[in-house]
Amino acid sequence: MSDELVVAGEKLGSRLILGTGGAPSMQVIDEVLAASGTALCTVSMRRIDPSTTGSVLDVLAHHGVRLLPNTAGCRTAREAVLTAQLAREAVETDWVKLEVIADDDTLLPDAVELLDAAERLVADGFKVFPYTNDDPVLARRLQRVGCVAVMPLGAPIGSGLGILNPHNIELIVAEAEVPVVLDAGVGTASDAALAMELGCDAVLLASAVTRAQEPALMAVAMASAVAAGRLAHRAGRIPKREHARASSPTTGMAVL
Amino acid sequence: MILTINGQRREFADGATLADLIAATLPTDRGVAVAVDGEVAPRGTWASVALRDGQAIELLTAVQGG
Repeated sequence: MSDELVVAGEKLGSRLILGTGGAPSMQVIDEVLAASGTALCTVSMRRIDPSTTGSVLDVLAHHGVRLLPNTAGCRTAREAVLTAQLAREAVETDWVKLEVIADDDTLLPDAVELLDAAERLVADGFKVFPYTNDDPVLARRLQRVGCVAVMPLGAPIGSGLGILNPHNIELIVAEAEVPVVLDAGVGTASDAALAMELGCDAVLLASAVTRAQEPALMAVAMASAVAAGRLAHRAGRIPKREHARASSPTTGMAVL
Repeated sequence: MILTINGQRREFADGATLADLIAATLPTDRGVAVAVDGEVAPRGTWASVALRDGQAIELLTAVQGG
């Protein structure tokens, strides 16, 4: 049964989106891409370092992975818009993961700058994937200005704390008209499975894989968790009950 | 003229274009994006952008991240 993720009118072959940050080497990225089966990866825009050998773009191209450049590190809408425009020049895609963060301690999105940047980028023809707070109202506003997805955080970037407010994620999912991607905070496979069980359309993670002791093994775990969580969501879980309910027949018992 | 390239001051011949600067600075222009004084300089304009003393040029590319 086909259950492909469609975002911005494009089909993606995997519901696991990977960040490439934090990997100790290009070889690890190569192994992680092969193990995860991901179809979409984030990259960042930075100053060219002439001493660097090997480009992450070559590794990603080798695996046929689509690029999602981000605006990581930007603090204002102006910086983020300019960075997105530079990414469009460099990697020739109008897809952008929009990040506008408030400070280095929390790396939380700055809602005001984020919405402003999203609006400007949509007007400039970008397909905007905003990294946002787990705030249903902000998610609604981002959709209203034309974002092609919303990407609420589970917990702060790199924290591995999982999904701190599953209720809000459910609220975002319930009214979303674009794909919801759980972005940031995933620490281990059960977090990714939970995101999908809550109804998210995909999970975006980086550190949980790239900084794991065995990155390629964790990539397989995450891909499996995303797939399992998606199936469980579609299958429909049983309601939670306060008391037990026998699964064996309660009639026909022998009198002993 | 003195230009600031990725935060470093460097001397260039007067009249150099952005295309000249990129050819002299980078081994390849594949996957490169350029900003001049905080504005995007599209690839198609590089040969016609005459640089002026004191300008700040950012040469960027995609790296692992996110």
